[in-house]
Amino acid sequence: MMGNAVLSVADVQKNFAGLRALSDIDLQIEEGKTHAIIGPNGAGKSTLLNVCVGRLAPDQGAVVFHGQVITGKKPHEINQLGIARVFQTPEIFPDLTLLQNVMAPAYARRDGPIRLNLLTRLDDDKDVRLEAEHILEDVGLAAKRHDEASALSRGDKRRLELAMCLVQHPKLLLLDEPTAGMSRLDTNRTIDLLKRIKERGMTKVIIEHDMHVVFSLADKVSVLAQGRIIAEGTPDEVRADPKVQEAYLGGAH
Amino acid sequence: MDAILLQVLNGLDKGGAYALIALGLTLTFGTLGVVNFAHGALFMLGAFCTVALQSLLTMSTRVRDESITFFEAYKEVPYLVTWFGDTGAGIIDWVVPISVLVTIPVMLLIGVIFERGLIRFFYKRPHAEQILVTFGLAVVLQELIKLWFGANPIPVSAPEVVRGSADISDILGIGGNLSYPWWRLIYLASSMLIIGVVFAFLNLTTYGMVVRAGMADRETVQFLGINIERRFTVVFGIAAVVAGLAGALYTPILTPNYHIGMEFLVLSFVVVVVGGMGSLPGAVAAGFLLGILQSFASLNEVKSILPGIDQIIIYLVAVVVLLARPRGLLGRKGVMET
Amino acid sequence: MDTTPQNNTPQTTAPQTTAPAEPQRSAHYHHSTDLPTQLPPRGPDMRPLWPPKVDILMTVLFAVAVFTMPIWLQPFGAAYPDLMQRFAIFGIFAIGFNILFGLTGYLSFGHAAFLGVGSYAAVWSFKLLSLNIVPAILLSIGIAGLFALAIGYVSLRRSGIYFAILTLAFAQMCYNLAYSVLTPITNGETGLRVLRDDPRVLDALVTGTSEVAVPRASFFGIEMSGMTGFWTCAVCLLIAFYIALRITRSPFGMMLRGIKSNQTRMNYIGFNTRPYTLVAFVVSGMYAGLAGALLAVVDPLAGAERMQWTASGEVVLMTILGGAGTLLGPFLGAVLIKYFENIFSALSDSTLFQAFSFLPDTAREVVVTIVSPFVGEGWHLTLGVLFMLVVIFLPGGLTEGFRRIARALRGGSGKKESSQ
Repeated sequence: MMGNAVLSVADVQKNFAGLRALSDIDLQIEEGKTHAIIGPNGAGKSTLLNVCVGRLAPDQGAVVFHGQVITGKKPHEINQLGIARVFQTPEIFPDLTLLQNVMAPAYARRDGPIRLNLLTRLDDDKDVRLEAEHILEDVGLAAKRHDEASALSRGDKRRLELAMCLVQHPKLLLLDEPTAGMSRLDTNRTIDLLKRIKERGMTKVIIEHDMHVVFSLADKVSVLAQGRIIAEGTPDEVRADPKVQEAYLGGAH
Repeated sequence: MDAILLQVLNGLDKGGAYALIALGLTLTFGTLGVVNFAHGALFMLGAFCTVALQSLLTMSTRVRDESITFFEAYKEVPYLVTWFGDTGAGIIDWVVPISVLVTIPVMLLIGVIFERGLIRFFYKRPHAEQILVTFGLAVVLQELIKLWFGANPIPVSAPEVVRGSADISDILGIGGNLSYPWWRLIYLASSMLIIGVVFAFLNLTTYGMVVRAGMADRETVQFLGINIERRFTVVFGIAAVVAGLAGALYTPILTPNYHIGMEFLVLSFVVVVVGGMGSLPGAVAAGFLLGILQSFASLNEVKSILPGIDQIIIYLVAVVVLLARPRGLLGRKGVMET
Repeated sequence: MDTTPQNNTPQTTAPQTTAPAEPQRSAHYHHSTDLPTQLPPRGPDMRPLWPPKVDILMTVLFAVAVFTMPIWLQPFGAAYPDLMQRFAIFGIFAIGFNILFGLTGYLSFGHAAFLGVGSYAAVWSFKLLSLNIVPAILLSIGIAGLFALAIGYVSLRRSGIYFAILTLAFAQMCYNLAYSVLTPITNGETGLRVLRDDPRVLDALVTGTSEVAVPRASFFGIEMSGMTGFWTCAVCLLIAFYIALRITRSPFGMMLRGIKSNQTRMNYIGFNTRPYTLVAFVVSGMYAGLAGALLAVVDPLAGAERMQWTASGEVVLMTILGGAGTLLGPFLGAVLIKYFENIFSALSDSTLFQAFSFLPDTAREVVVTIVSPFVGEGWHLTLGVLFMLVVIFLPGGLTEGFRRIARALRGGSGKKESSQ
């Protein structure tokens, strides 16, 4: 079962001002799989993701990525290990063009966390440019490559953020509600895009509200409620679990 | 022992001024979310309220000097004295305490005008622009005062009765021979009183509690249907009055000139940073603490070991605090960190 | 899939989303708001973002504009060396400041400290090493860079307001020290001067004596007086401009703009942003050092008043007046500020009466009364008012203003306004 876990979360606990946000979280993310984390509002999904990318330090427990403990590391160190993240509200560079938005992470991937290339020309780095062009085409934003990112629609911003992550060819991609606030059409196109990444063998963790998205993408689902994992399994198993129906779907009916 | 106590006292009155300015700065940061680089100028305006009142009260007329009999001599006599005699002279003598009555309404008015006329348009704009526009305002105010009152410092004295020194060792019932200017003691007491009033207002009145809640979490307060922006004007007015009083009462201690505002502003910002941005008790505590530290650093014994330390001690402390505790002594997380 | 609550939607969109059977790159998506006819261009677009030719052209035009200043400034009455030198020197200062403020988004309120340090270093070089400007300039840039490294290392631990306050505090500290403890180095309020009999070791080695009749900076024998001083400053300005241009066009420059735009994102895509900001800070400090050195080159003395917060505020104003983040804006701002400073501070009430002599007497009285506080000694008042007006109405600076006017003109001529 431990087999080829890319990311394993062991016994993680996190409190906020005495309130327990996460308790006894154990999670194994297997290589090449899409792992969805679902749960009602306030279940601790985003906290868990923040612990994974080093934005929050857990009070107890550890997060291990490819055999390396990443708890307490800085965000850029964790990224350089091969973890990219899409945020709940798109985090892009609003003042830069789309092309520059995607070229920046490509540079980080190529040159590492620091490279003070003050006097080389951006235009001379054809490899970075080509990579960025390909990814932009991939997500369907190539036509707007010279537009400022702030001018994009919300759906396009999310797609751009996804492109910024994909250009790094991460070993693990964390997605925090990648389709929140999207139209049905945009959602489906995003699902389709994520499916194609799956074909390339990228490991993904998705936090999602939209059951439609979860069940079309996930290989494995963990259900989080009140800071605990209450069920885990394939989408079908989880759906059949009475505990899940009570904690999650129960409220809807 | 006496020397140490004296230095503490010396630091406390300056610390009182720092604390009062820092208190207003923190209030405006916390509630309005505005970085006010013109806050030092408000301190300066307060000081010049006293100066203005003094020159108003001492408006004089030339009269024949009767004491000189062998030729025709004239002397300047304030109208107040010609009209009211000794009472008039008394009023002139008490100009600094009386100026409090003038400073409060004037500074309140100035604060409200600034907030309504300028600051409110900057709530939603980047911090850099808030800094720049208030910086411009500070320059304008300073230059206007220079234009009106000239570049030279204008001395103001405390009332005759408190011009001397108090025998501290006698008051405290300790041995030794320790004396300390009365007015500095009064300044210290008044600054504590003002701080107390502001804290009471924020903690005991409903109005103040809403303001404090707004400092903690503006969005929630607005969510509750409370129009916090209306209270911003009041808060800015209070901050202006506090800074103005700090300046008005400080005039007998430090002769006011047109650029004291900027000197105190820089120091008060450091105080706010050390205390922890957004923390009112932090601002007050750090104000007194740095005042005392500065006064110890100006001891000759200290200066002989570390020359120039009195000039930079506050900045050094700020650097050390920021390196060790980036949020300051009593700072909260997430305040003004973008 | 049929048990999902929204089971009807995948069906309706299924043909669309599953149609491109070929893997990955050939798949194109129509953007939901795009017109169906607007297909994205196929294949990567590898045209350069900034063609080298354009950059060269820009530099050449800039060079021509700077070197012909003695000609085209004549109608403005500004074509004398002293003023043109100041244009160039403060242009360098503002261009360097813009690398930190305009590109990286860090508002420093203490940059005048580096200018002052540069001046002192240059004067000391004139005193101890040689009257030649080359060692003086190199030394100034180096020492200002070291100062910037130390101050930046501490200040850059915080951003935003904290950073502005920290830099302001450091500058005040330098200013206070220059007037007190460091008097042996700075010569306090008198200012540091070059003397006839200073021990210039390099000059002594070459010529056998360090003594000169009139101590004046020189470039291998060419004395820095009058127009020579201007040419020297102009060459330095050109080099400074070209380096700033290259930094703007470099990957490093793009990262700086990324930091300004969204520092969190920079961290989450794997950048350690601290070294980037520190290098930007040091580079802009070195620009200030160069400007300070040139001030000493054209007039070999240095005083602490160059480090005052008003001087720091002035360079901020120059940058935002011209347009922060643009290449030419800061220089434009520096020229305008120095030009108007020169005019305004020279005016007095009597010159004002002359200037408004066409008005009837009472009107003239009123006008002069209103205007006179702003001129002569009151130049700083004008500066403060200008500061507020620019920030309130034109935070993008003149460059942004020109752009707006151009857009309005285009809009007025009936063409549809493009989103770009």
